[in-house]
Amino acid sequence: MKRKLLNIAIAAALIPAAGNVMAQAKAVKLSDNMVKIGVLTDMSGVYSDLGGQGSVTAAQMAVEDYIAQAKPKFKIEVVYADHQNKADVGSNKVREWYDTQGVDMVTDVLNSGVAIAVAKVTQEKNRIMINTGAASTRLTNEDCTPNTVHYVYDTYALANGPGKAVTKAGGDTWFFLTADYAFGASLEKDTSDAVKANGGKVLGSVRHPLNASDFSSFLLQAQASKAKVVGLANAGGDTVNSIKAANEFGLTKSQRLVGLLTTIVDIHALGLPTTQGMMFTEGFYWNLNDETRAWSRKFFTKHKKMPSMLHAGTYSAVTTYLKAVQAAGTDDAATVMKKMRDTPVSDFFAKNGKLREDGRMVHDMYLVEVKKPAESKEPWDYYHIKAVIPGNDAYQPMALSRCPLVKK
Amino acid sequence: MSRRAIAYLMLLAAGLAAPFFIYPVLVMKVLCFALFACAFNLLLGYTGLLSFGHAAFFGAAAYVAGHAIKVWGLPTELGLLAGTIAAGALGWAVGSLAIRRTGIYFAMVTLALAQMIYFFFLEASFTGGEDGLQGVPRGALLGFIDLSNDLNLYYFVLAIFVFAFWLIYRTIHSPFGQILKAIRENEPRAISLGYDVAKYKLLAFVLSAALAGLAGATKMLVFKFATLTDAHWHLSGEVVLMTILGGMGTVFGPLVGSSVIVVLQNELADKVGSLVTVIMGSIFVICVLLFRRGIVGEIIAFYKRMLGQKA
Repeated sequence: MKRKLLNIAIAAALIPAAGNVMAQAKAVKLSDNMVKIGVLTDMSGVYSDLGGQGSVTAAQMAVEDYIAQAKPKFKIEVVYADHQNKADVGSNKVREWYDTQGVDMVTDVLNSGVAIAVAKVTQEKNRIMINTGAASTRLTNEDCTPNTVHYVYDTYALANGPGKAVTKAGGDTWFFLTADYAFGASLEKDTSDAVKANGGKVLGSVRHPLNASDFSSFLLQAQASKAKVVGLANAGGDTVNSIKAANEFGLTKSQRLVGLLTTIVDIHALGLPTTQGMMFTEGFYWNLNDETRAWSRKFFTKHKKMPSMLHAGTYSAVTTYLKAVQAAGTDDAATVMKKMRDTPVSDFFAKNGKLREDGRMVHDMYLVEVKKPAESKEPWDYYHIKAVIPGNDAYQPMALSRCPLVKK
Repeated sequence: MSRRAIAYLMLLAAGLAAPFFIYPVLVMKVLCFALFACAFNLLLGYTGLLSFGHAAFFGAAAYVAGHAIKVWGLPTELGLLAGTIAAGALGWAVGSLAIRRTGIYFAMVTLALAQMIYFFFLEASFTGGEDGLQGVPRGALLGFIDLSNDLNLYYFVLAIFVFAFWLIYRTIHSPFGQILKAIRENEPRAISLGYDVAKYKLLAFVLSAALAGLAGATKMLVFKFATLTDAHWHLSGEVVLMTILGGMGTVFGPLVGSSVIVVLQNELADKVGSLVTVIMGSIFVICVLLFRRGIVGEIIAFYKRMLGQKA
């Protein structure tokens, strides 16, 4: 008897559900009745703090919030994978996602090598990559595709912002500490151009090998140059080591360090006493206004760390994508891309963000200065915002684009 | 037909049927790494030389083949050949320096030279630095078989693998292979028997480097890109792990070892999150502690023990 009642109850519960399915088929046409989002990131290696599990959490939060607010009639699922910073693992996984699991969009995809490989697969299979993790401008230039969105930052924005703003604020003589490979050279060049365009002078630069352990001779040269600003055109462990060494040599007392690829993760790892006074560009800061604080605190309760710009960007990217699918009424890549181009992004992450033809999502960037330990009121309270760099100034102008999709 | 021949035929049949049951791109990747490990095993398992720089040959061939196909517009087959020859030539250069030393010094020399090659690729403009050489077209085989179709490419890759595997098998079981084994077992004795040991070692090194290059070039073709990971010393370590896990000095060991590693890397990628490296490390430790002969080595030893008891 009890079982019979239960059956009836289940059947009763299923009837409206079946109705929903019918309604959904009319409203949004999906390839497999589901929107599947893949988060491809580095979960075990050097970038795992910057993206990693935090990006997965952010994507899941975005989906939960979207379901709660918009009550969409389609199912949404998040899958994730660790590409272990290997382009072949990443590209293989994404290919498999597209071919066998019906994934519609991949996000995060930090590490430029992996990102460009995934961009090619995504174009071939006609899905969408909203890249929130990689830095290379190649994604929106030589290797741009109609299926790529570059959402959070790139090396041009990170280099150009401080180059312009710091020079204008009086830091008009520069010396560069550059990692000796293509990436370091391009950071140095982009920054130098901005410095010179704004009336500053570059006094010199020194190349250090990748993953150098001893920075003393390089820093002595930087010190001897008497430049007001020392630009760190390097990344990851090299940035961390050069900042540490600069402190030990007392360089930070007379000169200002400017990071060209520094994030809140590095500052958190090194601590304020070591990094105070440094300047660099960020795409997002949790303690910016009430909106960012509200979201970030929510993120903090789940992840136990404040979000990096990648985490906030991934949340925003997933939300933007889901809205576009809903509005376009399909998960077809070209239609959704068009919808995203037509609709400005406006949320806690970006105000009036605009997706350009070359795939670049243009939004405001922030020039920050690291607080002195005494000025920090709470954990993770690290930055003074020195300037808001409007998106159009921060990113590479379309006129300079090397992307074949851009009509000139 | 001997039992062995039947076993090989069954394996071949499994290889032919595999893409209908398993995702073909994954199987292709397994085959490429299996070939890489087999080439490495020729050196470690049969000649007793532990090279810690084999990724350099793997990566060099990938870059050369990629550049040849993408920029020079060479047909796919010639591109792969160019990569293989480049790796062989590089193997000759590295080998002729390295074989002057033995043991740990040999390993260190190969590691040092491989790191030099790695930094060359990092700096050289044609490799695209850390962004990698991307978007290499797969082209068409003999001008008319479209390789952008995964299934066509799979059989092409399988053919390359079978050819290279046969080549390695023949090498191991030839008089040349016997001498290599003699060098592994007792080098002074091989010298006293009048063999020019250095020449044999160098030849084995070049052969191993060229086949590692063939594996790298083929992998480049499967994924359409070559990146720094292919030339990084991590990969040199990984191939050691694959060979030891499978069983060094056995014909099938590297095949089994690389399948286990590649499939685990792929399958764990979206299941355990950040634990991938921990799991891989544990497998290595367990393998070294519990079954030192490797998976295939232990099976062979078990089989022999069973036969011994019966007799």
